[in-house]
Amino acid sequence: MFSLDLLFEALIFGILLGGFYAAVSMGLSVSFGLLDVPNVAHPAVMVLGSYITYLVATLGLDPILSGIVLMPVFFFVGVLLYRFYYETFERRGTEAGVRGLAFFFGIAFIIEIGLVLAFGADQRSVAAEYIGTSLELGDYRIPYRMLMAFTVAIVLTVGLALYLSKTFTGRAIKAVAQDEPALRLMGANPVRIKQWAFGIATAVSVVAGAMLIVVGPVEPSMDRVYIGRTFCVVVLAGLGSMTGTLVAGLILGIAESIVLMFFGASWAPAVAFGLLLLVLGVRPQGLFGR
Amino acid sequence: MKFWIGAVVFLAIALGISLSPVNEYFFFAAYVVLTAVVLATAWNILGGYAGYVNFGPPAFIGVGAYTAVVLFKAIGAPLAVQIVAGAAMGGLLGLGVGLLTLRLRGIFFAIATVAVVFIMETLAINWRYVGGATGLQLQRPEVMVPFTSYTRMLFATMAILAVVSVAVARYVQDSWIGRGLRALRDSEEAAEANGVPTLKLKLFACVISGALLAAGGAPMPMYLSFIEPASTFNLAYTISSLGGSIIGGMSHWGGPIVGALILSTLQQVITVTISGEVNVLIVGVLLVLFVVLAPEGVLGLFKRWLKPSSK
Repeated sequence: MFSLDLLFEALIFGILLGGFYAAVSMGLSVSFGLLDVPNVAHPAVMVLGSYITYLVATLGLDPILSGIVLMPVFFFVGVLLYRFYYETFERRGTEAGVRGLAFFFGIAFIIEIGLVLAFGADQRSVAAEYIGTSLELGDYRIPYRMLMAFTVAIVLTVGLALYLSKTFTGRAIKAVAQDEPALRLMGANPVRIKQWAFGIATAVSVVAGAMLIVVGPVEPSMDRVYIGRTFCVVVLAGLGSMTGTLVAGLILGIAESIVLMFFGASWAPAVAFGLLLLVLGVRPQGLFGR
Repeated sequence: MKFWIGAVVFLAIALGISLSPVNEYFFFAAYVVLTAVVLATAWNILGGYAGYVNFGPPAFIGVGAYTAVVLFKAIGAPLAVQIVAGAAMGGLLGLGVGLLTLRLRGIFFAIATVAVVFIMETLAINWRYVGGATGLQLQRPEVMVPFTSYTRMLFATMAILAVVSVAVARYVQDSWIGRGLRALRDSEEAAEANGVPTLKLKLFACVISGALLAAGGAPMPMYLSFIEPASTFNLAYTISSLGGSIIGGMSHWGGPIVGALILSTLQQVITVTISGEVNVLIVGVLLVLFVVLAPEGVLGLFKRWLKPSSK
């Protein structure tokens, strides 16, 4: 049944969802978009972040705050992970393609099954004041949890965009993405910069994980469908563009929300993957490609 | 010639066992092991020779399985017809994926194949005729003459499929096709510049690999007497086909056989003794370990062990 009212509702929900999708893709936008690391484990790391957030939050801390508190830990994990990836694959050169991908795919599976073994396959959720309540605007009800996720998403996106364009290290990260040999010739160490950037990407993922568990219950296998969503957003954005990531997130959110509203939940997961295939087939450089 | 004698001996032994009074459980487990050999061998044609990482084996397996189910439900097609038709559909899907991803390499190709898995799964979930999300229970037909049970027949069938897929992989590897694929793996531009028809070869590898993956998946509904989207389009198949290939060694057709035999036998043992979750975990752990410590796989380790002085 088509009606303007429904469409409007789908649009509002889509924008909120889109901001959230942009935020969960932000880490990948740095690690894959800027650093060219085939980080297919990104969604799995994020779900891991959700579960650790869950653990911290059960101690009584606010979930979003828990995510922020966990950032240094994940930063450090990210630094180590990149260092390891660099030593074993990037330095060896040529044949790294297949094996680097297999490496991250294996890591994703280990995280997923590790979570199943540790927490069981059931869904987990957290409690907070903004979960389960809604803002009522006339006929429309907007869940506070979506508003919260949207707000954090915008702060994260703007913060990261500013960091990359205004600070010295941020610009260095962009420089590494543009021309690594040139940076090496200038006497800078690209590996250290990439290590730092990958740490930031991973730290951002835990906040994304915290938002994931605020928006809805999580389960260990959730990373699979988020492979589609995050890569769709990053590729559609054009690799490494932060504003592009926000725009692409909104496009995906609105598209998914409309399909959800008019075709039903069983078609919704295919939207991200369909859009991803479409972009890869028609315009692989994305909207704001470098 | 040696290869064909080996193949005939293997098939004779497989047929002999399937007609002997061995415990039924053996066939139940051996079927899974042989399927793993088919899948890893098929994956390696595109992934190992051409260097295109296909994360989409579940899509091909699913297409094979669902084609088999549709034919079985509609006209009661026999197993052989189901497999051939499944392979044909898998080849078509391979062609489609290949055409769609002509310009994509590396991770972009890999991610596109993940997308294909989820799109196929969504289609299956929304397709009422084959049971939608809840799936479909299947009544196995009468077993064919020399066999005493359906599982034994499936085991013998999968043994034939394993020989066929290894023979195809071996042919591809040793012919000009394999040389062309290796050339385009090392450098697509250089290969193209030297007159290698990279586009055609890539499409060919997609079709062959896809057809064999689908053939490996086609007998599955009959094996389980059941089909359902979530377990059919499960990314666990990706990690086992890619894992078998990488752990065994990607440069030779023998690699995926060795890798798949090791992995799936280990998995069978773990499933029985520990749990179903741990058996997927072990594949992930082994995959990461091999990729990091022994990038040339078991075959590479073996070669190094034979020639310790080469370094």
